[in-house]
Amino acid sequence: MTARTLTKGAGAIALATVLMAGAVQVQAMRERVYPPAAAIEDDLYVRSGAALRRLTVAYNALGADVYWIRSLQYFGGTKRRLAQLRGPEPPPMLALDEYPLLYPLLDITTSLDPRFNIAYRFGAVFLAEPYPGGPGRSDLAIALLEKGLYERPDKWEYMQDIGFVHYWYDHDYAAAARWFKKASEVPAAPWWLGSLAATTLAVGGDRQSSRIMWEAIRQSAENDWLRQDAERRLAQLRALDEIDRLQRVVDAFFRRTGRPPSGWVDLERARELPGVPLDPARTPYELGAEGRVRLSASSKLWPLPEEPKRLGGPAS
Amino acid sequence: MRAIAAIAVNTFRESVRDKVLYNLVLFAVLLMGASYLIGQLTAGQDVKIIKDLGLSATAFFGLFIAVFIGIGLVSKEVERRSVYSLLSKPIHRHQLVLGKYCGLVLTLAVNVTVMAAALYLVLAYMEHVASPDAMRAWDAPALDSALLKAVALIFVELTLVTAIAVFFSTFSTPILSAALTFGLYVVGHFSSDLRNLQDVVDSPAAARLARGLYWVLPNLAQFDVKADVVHGRVVPLGYLAMTTGYAALYISMLLVVSVFVFSRRDFR
Repeated sequence: MTARTLTKGAGAIALATVLMAGAVQVQAMRERVYPPAAAIEDDLYVRSGAALRRLTVAYNALGADVYWIRSLQYFGGTKRRLAQLRGPEPPPMLALDEYPLLYPLLDITTSLDPRFNIAYRFGAVFLAEPYPGGPGRSDLAIALLEKGLYERPDKWEYMQDIGFVHYWYDHDYAAAARWFKKASEVPAAPWWLGSLAATTLAVGGDRQSSRIMWEAIRQSAENDWLRQDAERRLAQLRALDEIDRLQRVVDAFFRRTGRPPSGWVDLERARELPGVPLDPARTPYELGAEGRVRLSASSKLWPLPEEPKRLGGPAS
Repeated sequence: MRAIAAIAVNTFRESVRDKVLYNLVLFAVLLMGASYLIGQLTAGQDVKIIKDLGLSATAFFGLFIAVFIGIGLVSKEVERRSVYSLLSKPIHRHQLVLGKYCGLVLTLAVNVTVMAAALYLVLAYMEHVASPDAMRAWDAPALDSALLKAVALIFVELTLVTAIAVFFSTFSTPILSAALTFGLYVVGHFSSDLRNLQDVVDSPAAARLARGLYWVLPNLAQFDVKADVVHGRVVPLGYLAMTTGYAALYISMLLVVSVFVFSRRDFR
């Protein structure tokens, strides 16, 4: 290679770089003058898993990966968008129109790769999670897990997850206990599922039994996301206990002074509390004007789970 | 035999000259880029997706090489009129067809081997950086030797697709050969539909025709065990042996017909 060829090559690269930089600048200028439209709403043109199985020919598993990534992005994007709207009182009517593509996306993912374990397990949590964290469709969560069980009837984890959806989201403790028991009868299932079934049947809905369930899920979690989710739930249960304790302090102040405290500072001055109480995510609890203690909407633990209807109350 | 080997080596050199192996660079960049991006996007499914991506890309790149080079192996020589100088040498027509076929199979073998090695390298890196908890969630280890079974069957499928392409190229134009080969590739992956057509049609004649087509057309779906090995399901060696045996017989049949057609062609 001669020096002249090298010079020519360097010149061509320099020219190409300048032209590329120019193109980038013109595009940036155009976007400033004519701002691009907001992101186009997500859509699914083909909703049939069977049709997509055919369209992807020998690349079903790769197609499933693409749809799984789309599911995650769709769920995460919608959740983030709704989080920007959130306040202390969420608008529940909005939930009817949110996350419409989540189940179709997960259904396609699992049709393309029927053994995509995480798509069933995470997908069920995404679907069951109440608004605004999810669409609150526990029925679809169970349908997805049952689809997984049809493919792998020996998968005790799916049975445990169905039981969990009944327990945590539907508060149907009899159904939950039935599924935990069914899962415990699978040969490879862990020993604690049997105990969980019995506890659920006896004291389902009790905060302490919820804690036992989440602790079991945390210990048996097969990946970081499930473990972190279980840790978050455990933190929420701790927050519920702390709110109960703080409420007792506030009520005692009310009884003593005949008025609710105007803020945490009143309780600090009265030496009832050492400082502003923080939730397990290190966000201060809120004290309403009516004297009710609640979790801040800006806390990472918000919203707290709906208190069980049967045996709610502080942990024993 | 020596003539076939000489033609095969020359065909391989020609594909190297034609920069066919550049796709390996693309494959490596794709895998390395994906291994970083996918880690951010897939909620702990990075190893599964890298395996899916690596195996699918191996099959996909291989398919394009098999089809687009396969269809030109013979027809290009005819179009360029170089077939005259070739056939004026002391070689037989069947040696030309077989040599060309073996040359492309050699190219595919190099491609598939390098791609498999690159896939294992990326997976080795992912295993190195993965936490023990993350590893516990994997259906199969990152450096699972069973992946080689999927790679082997991809290679066998590609040799069959190459034989189909060579067959069409002995009597058809390159564009038509490509269309027919891709058509057979797609049909070959839907062979189970042909087998089960009797369940959805009332006509016994149509069912018999479909059943006949099922046996005659190449059954390519059986070579796809990518999802099985990625999920850690066992692919028995007997299955491997039988599918490879099927491919060997089918390829032999196609090459016999290709040689026959090419031998009868009049180049005057």
